[in-house]
Amino acid sequence: MSATSVRPRAQAEASPAAPPAKGKVYSPYSNWFYLPSAVIYGVLFVVPTFASLYFSLTRWSLFESKFIGLENFRLFFQEPQLVKGFTNTLIFAVITSGSKVVLGLLLAVLLTSQIIGRGYLRSVVFFPVLVSTIGVGLTFTVLMNPERGLINGALEVIGINGPGWLTDPKWALLSVALVDVWKGVGLATLIYIAGIVSIPREYMEAARVDGAGSWETFRRIVLPLSRPATVTVIILSLIGGLRSFDLIWAMTRGGPGFTSDVIASVIYKQYQAGFYGLSTAGNVVLFVVVTAVVLPLFWYLNRKEVDM
Amino acid sequence: MSTAELVNHRPGRSYLLSAVAILASIVVFVVPFVFIVLTAVKDRQQAALLDFSWPHQFQFVENFVAVIEARDYMLVIAFINSTVLTVVSVTGMVVLAAMVGFVLQRRRSRWNPFINFIVLSGLIIPPAVVPTIWVLQGLQLFRTMTGLILIEIAFGLSFCILLFRAFVATIPRELDEAAVIDGAGPLRLFFRVIFPLLRSVIVTVVVVQSVNVFNDFVNPLYFLPGDQNATVQLTLFNFQSQFTTQYNLLFMNILLITIPPLVMFLFFNRQIVAGMTSGAVKG
Amino acid sequence: MTFRRRTSGLALAAACSLALTACSAGSLGSSDDAGGSSSVTITYLAGNQEQDVKEAQQLIRDFMAKTPGVTVKLESRPGGTEGDNIVKTRLSTGDMTDVFSYNTGSLFQAIAPQKNLVPISDQPYIGDIDENFKKTVTAGDQVYGVPAGGFMGGAVLYNIPVYTKLGLKVPKTWAEFMANNAKIKAAGVAPVIQTYGETWTSQLFVLGDFHNVAAVESDFADRYTKNQAKYATSPAAKKGFEHTQQVHDAGYQNSDFASAKLPDGLRMLAQGKGAHYPILTGVVNDMIDTYPNGARDVGLFALPGDDASTNGLTVWTPNGVYVPNTTTGDKLEAAKKFLAFIASPDGCKSLATAGVPTGPYAVKGCELPADVPQAIKDMQPYLDKPGGSSLALEFLSPVKGPSLEQITVEVGSGIRKAQDGAARYDEDVKKQAQQLGLAGW
Repeated sequence: MSATSVRPRAQAEASPAAPPAKGKVYSPYSNWFYLPSAVIYGVLFVVPTFASLYFSLTRWSLFESKFIGLENFRLFFQEPQLVKGFTNTLIFAVITSGSKVVLGLLLAVLLTSQIIGRGYLRSVVFFPVLVSTIGVGLTFTVLMNPERGLINGALEVIGINGPGWLTDPKWALLSVALVDVWKGVGLATLIYIAGIVSIPREYMEAARVDGAGSWETFRRIVLPLSRPATVTVIILSLIGGLRSFDLIWAMTRGGPGFTSDVIASVIYKQYQAGFYGLSTAGNVVLFVVVTAVVLPLFWYLNRKEVDM
Repeated sequence: MSTAELVNHRPGRSYLLSAVAILASIVVFVVPFVFIVLTAVKDRQQAALLDFSWPHQFQFVENFVAVIEARDYMLVIAFINSTVLTVVSVTGMVVLAAMVGFVLQRRRSRWNPFINFIVLSGLIIPPAVVPTIWVLQGLQLFRTMTGLILIEIAFGLSFCILLFRAFVATIPRELDEAAVIDGAGPLRLFFRVIFPLLRSVIVTVVVVQSVNVFNDFVNPLYFLPGDQNATVQLTLFNFQSQFTTQYNLLFMNILLITIPPLVMFLFFNRQIVAGMTSGAVKG
Repeated sequence: MTFRRRTSGLALAAACSLALTACSAGSLGSSDDAGGSSSVTITYLAGNQEQDVKEAQQLIRDFMAKTPGVTVKLESRPGGTEGDNIVKTRLSTGDMTDVFSYNTGSLFQAIAPQKNLVPISDQPYIGDIDENFKKTVTAGDQVYGVPAGGFMGGAVLYNIPVYTKLGLKVPKTWAEFMANNAKIKAAGVAPVIQTYGETWTSQLFVLGDFHNVAAVESDFADRYTKNQAKYATSPAAKKGFEHTQQVHDAGYQNSDFASAKLPDGLRMLAQGKGAHYPILTGVVNDMIDTYPNGARDVGLFALPGDDASTNGLTVWTPNGVYVPNTTTGDKLEAAKKFLAFIASPDGCKSLATAGVPTGPYAVKGCELPADVPQAIKDMQPYLDKPGGSSLALEFLSPVKGPSLEQITVEVGSGIRKAQDGAARYDEDVKKQAQQLGLAGW
């Protein structure tokens, strides 16, 4: 898919500077420039990724590995806790990226409108993006304490009996997802703001002349034209959501029990327990899941864009 | 902005909407940070109540000193480690990724689709942790700062390359040609002519990646374990068990590690917005 | 090409800065070596729990006062599985400190002692070490570690004033225990304190019940190692999971059991807001630090089983202190001296200065101080009575799964039934046994 997304641009630029690049004799664009990156990236990313394909088929202690075929994968899909991690990962990714798209777009529309304190609002929405995930996780763990936390304290004032956000199995994963949205919605908003701001002024004026109201303008112009932003937000937050680990580990460590485990936290637990082969198999599963979810989506969204 | 003004062109609604928005933003986004600050300056007993109240007495200095001194000044060591890690790895990323982005955009060969594919997969594929440790051990780099720096560079390259490649496309080739006619070699062309022109995207990359690396928790956790090597994110995590009854110190720690991103934010607010928006949407 | 030279200078500078960073910031502050230039410096790696750090610091201080020319530096590591991992990787990469403390029993076996550690069977003090302890740090026919601290009991800590006020008697059977709980609940006190905010505290009904299991099935540990006995199929062993569930089903837990942490549990226990707290006696010191009345008001009884006559205490051995075989020369000599100090009455005294003992010491000639807290005193009768105590399963079998704490949290929170939990744990254990390459799995 990278080829499809990249090629048009490369071809578009092919004509103007063709002469100097064509001369095989001398090129100012030395291939040596690739070398340092290629070495670091190759050794520390590509090699381990390929090695993981082998080691996921072994029982491994870092020094000795014993080939056991697909046993690790069988284990991975046989244990309810691991399957739970699998479904939780998908739920978490869908909830967080969905919310980020909706909230991000709404906030972006709000923050590009004539509103008082716009600069302040933009800053305050964006700032959590920059703050340490672990810090945010620990802070919200305290705020979400079922008995003494600020959130349930506030809910009690208005007569609602708040749930055990992180201790109730029904709520734990959702609560973490909520905090993830809190922390990440600023980035989505920012991307949407950029998208909306780049919409040519004439479109809006034309719509206004035609007598379209705010809602009409939003639906007919803003929504379709901020499509590239939507694609970016969805892809970024899906990848982030599927790989998410920090926040879950800081807030619930997969608990209570295994109810908020995701693949990444299962991988870490297996790693801690010294089950390196199993942990690596988890990595391969995560790899497959991310690729299987993101690639088709990427392809689909980009294709649609071209069609327009 | 002007386009947006046109979206909501009825001015009368703004006041009510503004008030609601500001109020909501305070409740949702400001209160958690105020809570961090308040708890950080409370005494131990009051902090343990976990409530949102005005401190009985301000213990800023005492709590600050206690956190700094904990575990033989571990936090100070961690700040040094994190600074070294962030500065070196982000510098590495910028230079290396700019080089690749430049050549990748300018030089066309049949390898390009393949290289693009490799770069993009770095953005999507989750790194395989244990095999990476295995490689690092083979290179004698496991549990070393050098190893972690190289890891951060390797994992951050993809994102940077995409941004640089997109930006290089906006630089006219005529510049290259002129420089080549003046007798510039590849290095000179890149470092003297192109690199300075990348300034705005470099600022973006620096800001985004330093925040990323500084806040990184997973990679130090896996690749640089041990108290002496702790980065600030790990200290926070370690202190969590030590400070189970001392929420004031835990939140003082959170407060302290929030300051560097805050400073970054205050200085580069504009560039972050400008850079992210141009880069992210394009790339 | 004047320019090329300059860039290579730049590259050189970059390479230098990279090399410089190879030495990370290291240590600052108070633990810098104070000794003279001729002294040997060794590093001791211990757990980072507050009590562990205090004890290690006190040991180092007293040892250095007694042994001029040797400086000991302290490094700390997290506990739990995170710590296991650090110890394993440091040992296998040859990067271990000169001396380190680590678990005994199954976890000790998992670090390949014969390959990685220096045996100490030939040391003069070896006869002074408790036989039970020695068994848990023996691999092949060599002993590898000395005890860092006292034995711990895994038992029920209870609030004595609540018992006196309600006229209750210390239960010897599970039925009596539950009957007490009913009365305690009727009096408005939380009968059983559970603190799942720290997951490890949830395991005691299972792990602390092992004496009762062994009383019924004396060869359970052996058969368990050989994959012949299972938690899910052994009625005696399954009891631990069932008890965890019963306490939850009967509503005997404190209302905030799901989020409460260890310090909350200790507070409830010391203040009489909760009556029973199944836990390790290692926490008694923490409790007394914050609530001095706990020394008098909190007692201990073994986890009750079915049979009053065989009821007894499940005991944890203290951590061992080991020397990795990467320690050589002067450092090895210094490390051996340090071990000898720890395994001497002076060592115990030093430990006792650092905090309340967790139970009787594992070194001959070490007496508990006269003013030990009631809970620790209550351990003694069990230990004195023949057959009144057993080592916990993890010291008798190398098989221990990493997920027990999550499973017991699930069972104790009503997410999973006892039978299912036990079966789950058997599966969990299987992975560990296979990883260790045990026969029969």
